[in-house]
Amino acid sequence: MYNIKEILKERILIIDGAMGTMIQRHKLEETDYRGERFKDWPKDVKGNNDLLSITQPEIIIGIHKQYLDAGADIIETNTFSSTTIAQADYDMQSLAYEMNVASAKCARAAADEYSKNNPNKPRFVAGAIGPLNKTLSLSPDVNNPGYRAVTFDEVVEAYTEQVKGLVEGGVDVLLVETIFDTLNAKAAIYAIKNFFAQNNLPELPIMISGTITDASGRTLSGQTLEAFYVSLVHANPLSIGLNCALGAKEMRPHIEELSSIAKCYTSAYPNAGLPNAFGEYDEQPHETAHIIEEWAKNGFLNIVGGCCGTTPDHIRHIAEEVKNYKPRVLPIVST
Amino acid sequence: MIQHIQPYLRLSGLEPLIIRPETNFVNVGERTNVTGSKKFARLIRDAQYEEALSVARQQVENGAQVLDINMDDALLEGVNAMTTFLNLLQAEPDIAKIPIMIDSSKFEIIVAGLKCVQGKCIVNSISMKEGEAKFIEQAIICKNFGAAVIVMAFDEVGQADTKARKVEICHRAYKILTQQVGFAPEDIIFDPNIFAIATGIEEHNNYAVDFIEATREIKKLMPLAKVSGGVSNVSFSFRGNDHVREAIHSVFLYHAIRAGMDMGIVNAGQLVVYDEIEPQLKQLCEDVILNINNDDNGTTEKLIAFADTVKAKGKELVKDESWRNQEVEKRMEHALINGITEYIDADTEEARLKYPKPLDVIEGPLMDGMNVVGDLFGAGKMFLPQVVKSARVMKKAVAVLTPFIEQEKEERRNNPNQSNNPADEKGPAKILLATVKGDVHDIGKNIVGVVLGCNGYDIIDLGVMVSADKILSEAQKHNVDIIGLSGLITPSLDEMVHIAKEMKRLDLKIPLMIGGATTSRMHTAVKIAPEFDKGVIHVLDASRSVTVAGSLLNKESKPVFLGDIKTEYEKLKADFGNKKSAKQNLDFIDAQKNAAKINWSNYNVVKPKFTGTKVLNNYNLSEIADYIDWQPFFIAWEMHGKFPAILSDSVIGTEATKLYNDAQILLKQIIEENWLTAKGVVGFWKANKTNPDSITIDNNNNKVALEFLRQQIKKAEGQPNLSLADFIHPTESDYMGAFSVTIEGIEKHIKRFEDNLDDYNKIILQALADRLAEAFAELLHQKTRIEYWGYAKEEQLSNEELIKEGYQGIRPAPGYPACPDHTEKYKLFELLGGEDATGIHLTESLAMYPASSVCGWYFANPESKYFGVGKIEKDQLADYAKRKGMNIEDATKWLRPILE
Repeated sequence: MYNIKEILKERILIIDGAMGTMIQRHKLEETDYRGERFKDWPKDVKGNNDLLSITQPEIIIGIHKQYLDAGADIIETNTFSSTTIAQADYDMQSLAYEMNVASAKCARAAADEYSKNNPNKPRFVAGAIGPLNKTLSLSPDVNNPGYRAVTFDEVVEAYTEQVKGLVEGGVDVLLVETIFDTLNAKAAIYAIKNFFAQNNLPELPIMISGTITDASGRTLSGQTLEAFYVSLVHANPLSIGLNCALGAKEMRPHIEELSSIAKCYTSAYPNAGLPNAFGEYDEQPHETAHIIEEWAKNGFLNIVGGCCGTTPDHIRHIAEEVKNYKPRVLPIVST
Repeated sequence: MIQHIQPYLRLSGLEPLIIRPETNFVNVGERTNVTGSKKFARLIRDAQYEEALSVARQQVENGAQVLDINMDDALLEGVNAMTTFLNLLQAEPDIAKIPIMIDSSKFEIIVAGLKCVQGKCIVNSISMKEGEAKFIEQAIICKNFGAAVIVMAFDEVGQADTKARKVEICHRAYKILTQQVGFAPEDIIFDPNIFAIATGIEEHNNYAVDFIEATREIKKLMPLAKVSGGVSNVSFSFRGNDHVREAIHSVFLYHAIRAGMDMGIVNAGQLVVYDEIEPQLKQLCEDVILNINNDDNGTTEKLIAFADTVKAKGKELVKDESWRNQEVEKRMEHALINGITEYIDADTEEARLKYPKPLDVIEGPLMDGMNVVGDLFGAGKMFLPQVVKSARVMKKAVAVLTPFIEQEKEERRNNPNQSNNPADEKGPAKILLATVKGDVHDIGKNIVGVVLGCNGYDIIDLGVMVSADKILSEAQKHNVDIIGLSGLITPSLDEMVHIAKEMKRLDLKIPLMIGGATTSRMHTAVKIAPEFDKGVIHVLDASRSVTVAGSLLNKESKPVFLGDIKTEYEKLKADFGNKKSAKQNLDFIDAQKNAAKINWSNYNVVKPKFTGTKVLNNYNLSEIADYIDWQPFFIAWEMHGKFPAILSDSVIGTEATKLYNDAQILLKQIIEENWLTAKGVVGFWKANKTNPDSITIDNNNNKVALEFLRQQIKKAEGQPNLSLADFIHPTESDYMGAFSVTIEGIEKHIKRFEDNLDDYNKIILQALADRLAEAFAELLHQKTRIEYWGYAKEEQLSNEELIKEGYQGIRPAPGYPACPDHTEKYKLFELLGGEDATGIHLTESLAMYPASSVCGWYFANPESKYFGVGKIEKDQLADYAKRKGMNIEDATKWLRPILE
């Protein structure tokens, strides 16, 4: 077993790019999503990308391999929505656990193959834990700002099941990502800590990645970046960082700030620019990579990759641009 | 350079609070505590949460840096009260910005509180009173929630009162927390117990000294830990006399802070400045607190005697209320922007009396205020929770006005002289919201729901992944007034188009609001709006949804509003045919029989000056520039109005003029430095009608069959079912023309602007390129009429008349309403010499590249005009496919927008 913490001291690690963008390229239809097993499923499942790890594992493994070819050190499992809460949209709550196991295995198989072929560049699997479609800090009920569509305990329960599946599927780290609402992330961390404690297992490293939604520089639930950091650092994460919503250009000041306050490693995986008028991301791989190179030069980074709209090409360019730079050195925490 | 991170206590609400060595004493607001504030307790018991929140807000405004919340009351269900209050508090960004201290003697209430707060809280408190095991268990839970803890100096024996016991218990707890639980030392806060002094009981006289000295020792032993305490306890025996109590608090803090006390629970609004305490009182307080000369309660009695002489002078609350002196409109704006509900009822009432009608208050000052909010939000100067807060102020104001609006309606009903519109009698307007099929993202939609709901609308939220079918059937079932669609992923855009088509197909009259991260005004204008004509509006953000909904639901403003939108989309949409009538279509054969009645006996076929094509390479840009229609240019910049009147508009005139001047400078540079190349081609050919809807072009003996589509809708008596083929002579040889133009070479200049981060000029450039392409098309059309074809040699029209299309003949483009089949573009381009002629390339979807390109057919017939084919029936589809030699599937695909 390779130690990611040791490698992070040596170089900037590359995390993969968008899964959804790559899945879209396959132009899958309802029947593809269903596969044989769910051909009579009573609800439409097209768009349930996480299901593909069960019905079309070869596609998912293929995408992982494209990112590994591009130079990714860390690949994310296809589990952004693999919770009972998010899967309720498809009536697939009962499959959430299985999806996590299946997705973790897809990523594991791909990563292991590459690690074996090139032991000098070990690959890691990050179990992706998404933000849920229900939020603990905002009310969906128009007449009652105190109402919540979901409780903390329900969220903990859903995440616990996800964590169980990911761990059993063999992931190396757990990645709580695209955090819009810090309280959801706190529930995820709570679930992770309890899962390991109750099962007497050694804790896997936790990566945390929040989302600054817009020019306000805040999360959707209203926190500033530093407040966000302070609220989650108790997880004692391997890394903390930002992903999604912003392109690299817009993300830069936030990454700079984060690198100056975080006692752990920092990560960033921005979108491929901002979407154009037709919702497409058209920032070119060399453009994204060019911006990120400057971050690496300034020592902001430990882990970098891409989110929405990024492709293996983006990852390849990013990997190429940052490979000659030293990673950010962990600050000294005085006691 | 290696950074150092200091072990400071870091807390957070929406914003961080970092307690550094140089940080002054941290005030913890205490009024939101049912055990300490009768008023707050009553408000919570009576479920008057809004007022309870204003207690919290007052604490923040008075300088509280952390908010202590306690719901320990025998009459309250503590877990519920804590959960409800904290959830409500999260919606108040001006309060939620500071960290929360969750205060309870029941751990279950603490846990309930921790489950509601995203920031890093302080738990107040845990202790060893029930033994170490329980203490450790609770500490682990606090740690997993990421909270700092206050540890009370309390053990199995009891609460520590002496300095020695306080220090001993705190040190023991510290070791357990840091060594067994793994707590960060800086996250530990001790409360070494502040007990009441001057109670008349001699043993109590040294309590303040014990606290102060214990603090000094604790900070020495455990420098990273913090010390806190409930300050008001110390003066408990003087309750009822705030003047004396405040003095005691100030003097106590003066000494405790010097000994190392970091924070305390105080009434932030009631702290007198140490130096400003009257000397006699100050001296008495010093003596009582420091236990000087108090062996026989001598000092205590002196203070009691003094206290009797002073009246409890209530202090003026220090709060910036200067905004209250402004005009009512400004006050309402201030309340909306700052989310202050306190005065809104009174202010709304004042405004109601000032304005002629209650509705005017909504449409005037309230909407104006919300627009400011929307702009600040759009500019990143406000963030979402604040906007939600603003919306709630709005709601309160609307609630004040509603009875008067109702009353007015009632009066109207009883007064037959006034119009009695049944629409007035409906309840609150209903807005249906849904995230479209295939998309599961709904956070933004939920926020829109909250904001709109706060503004008095009845929200029907269908959730996520809602099929078009369900959205539309629910909309009809509930008779909603607006449908709002949301989506975050790219494919949702197509689904929205589909829904718009469905709405048109079902002949719904409900306006459609489009929102979500990937949506845009441009996409809405180009892709969605042309599919549905009862109003499709892209809404940039939640705050804007309020004004948009308001405009859509007000009968007076709606036409103006939709009119503005229409102007904006006009050139994008083109002429859209007749959709008013019921969906009654003729058989195709009958539609053909009802072709345009043209008196061909008066018709002279004009022979063009040449047949075949003429390429106009590198056409003079300065000549083209004279034909620019500037209105769409301003629309591209979200500035609406007629040109040139827009330049002197009272509101946007200054900015419009600046933009226009900048555009002129760039245009001049483009022309002088030849940045762009205008390329065009025109062609004319002999054309013979071979079928009511087919025209055969004779291109140098090479026959090209053009196929056209015909309106099939049942027309009023005397109105023809048009097809472009109608404008060609039915029996004799006639002529037709075609053109394409493009503006080439923009890429490298765009790139340069991008490299300079100059979006402003980049966008001007793109907008100008589009305008130049359209202008070139206009210019070529004029040259065609006057010179190349020459059928209107005497024409003399101004630029404005050209823009209004006041000339003879038309230039419809394949894919547009008069000839909606995109695939005919292949023939047009082939006739014009293909890609070689102008470099325009057709994509697989038959879009033209470069983007600034225009093409079309020329018809010279004086009777020719623009129209929309509208929906066609299967019989025409079959006939058309057969004529084109296309299979039905392909034809269906390309003609889907016009198929029933």
